[in-house]
Amino acid sequence: MANLDAAFSALADPTRRAILARLAKGEATVNELAKPFEMTQPAISQHLKVLEDAGLIVRRVEGTKRPRRLANAGIAAMDQWLAMLRKALEKNYDRLDGVLAGIELKKGEK
Amino acid sequence: MMSKLTLKTEGDTHVVVTRRFAAPPEAVYRAHTDPKLIQKWLLGPEGWTMPVCNIDPKPGGKFRYEWTNGKGAGFHITGEFVELKPFSKIVHIERMHLPDVTPDNHVETRFDPDGTGTLMTMRMTLPDTKTRAAMLASGMEHGMEMSYVRLEGII
Repeated sequence: MANLDAAFSALADPTRRAILARLAKGEATVNELAKPFEMTQPAISQHLKVLEDAGLIVRRVEGTKRPRRLANAGIAAMDQWLAMLRKALEKNYDRLDGVLAGIELKKGEK
Repeated sequence: MMSKLTLKTEGDTHVVVTRRFAAPPEAVYRAHTDPKLIQKWLLGPEGWTMPVCNIDPKPGGKFRYEWTNGKGAGFHITGEFVELKPFSKIVHIERMHLPDVTPDNHVETRFDPDGTGTLMTMRMTLPDTKTRAAMLASGMEHGMEMSYVRLEGII
C-alpha cells in the first residue's frame, strides 16, 4: 500500500499526468516525451523517475534508447483502489437509500 | 437502478462525488443534518458504528462524529458548518483525527431536484495537490475498509 501513496503523489503533478496520458497511447522515448513540454530533458527525466519509483511506468533498453511505457500492475493497483473507494462510498449511500425510504413512509402517514 | 455513484478528481485540488437518490432533496438533506438519521447510514464497512454524533447544523455550528469497530479501533472527524441552505446546499469544513489531524477538507454538498428524486453533488476541496493525493491514497471518506485495516495496524 505504501506504493499507492507514491502513485497518487506522482499523479498530483499536471506534467506527470500528461506524460501518463501520452504513454497510454503507447511506448515513447524521453525525447518524444519531452517534445510537447517546454522543458529540458533532465526536467522530464526527473518526472519520469518519480513515475518509475511510484511503479506507474517501466523502461526498456533498446540500444542507446530507454523507451518508457505504462506499468500495467501499477496502473491496475490504482484502478482497483479507486474502485474500492467507490464501492465503500456506495455502501454508505445504499444504506442511505433505506433510511430515505423510511422518511418517505413517515411523511405518507401524516 | 439509477443510483450509480461517480467519483472523480477535478483540477489539482478537488474530488467530486455524485449520487442519485429516489427521495426528494428535503429527505436527503435531512438525512445529512439529523443525527439520528446520520447514525443509520454514515458507517463505512460492516461492523462499524457511530456511537457519537454531535451536530449543530447552523452556520458556525460544530459537529463531531466518532466511529468504532467494537474491537478497540476507532477514529473521529470534527468540523464546522459554513453555510446551510435547506434543502439544497450544505457547506462544511472537516478534518479526520487518526489520531493525527488531517488538513482541512472543504466540502460543498448540493442536493438538486432530479425528476422525483435528488442528484447529490459533493465537491471536496483540499488545500493542495499533495494533500489530495494523500487523502485518495489513504482512503478518503468514512467508508474505507482498507484505511480501517491500516488504522488497526497503527493502533
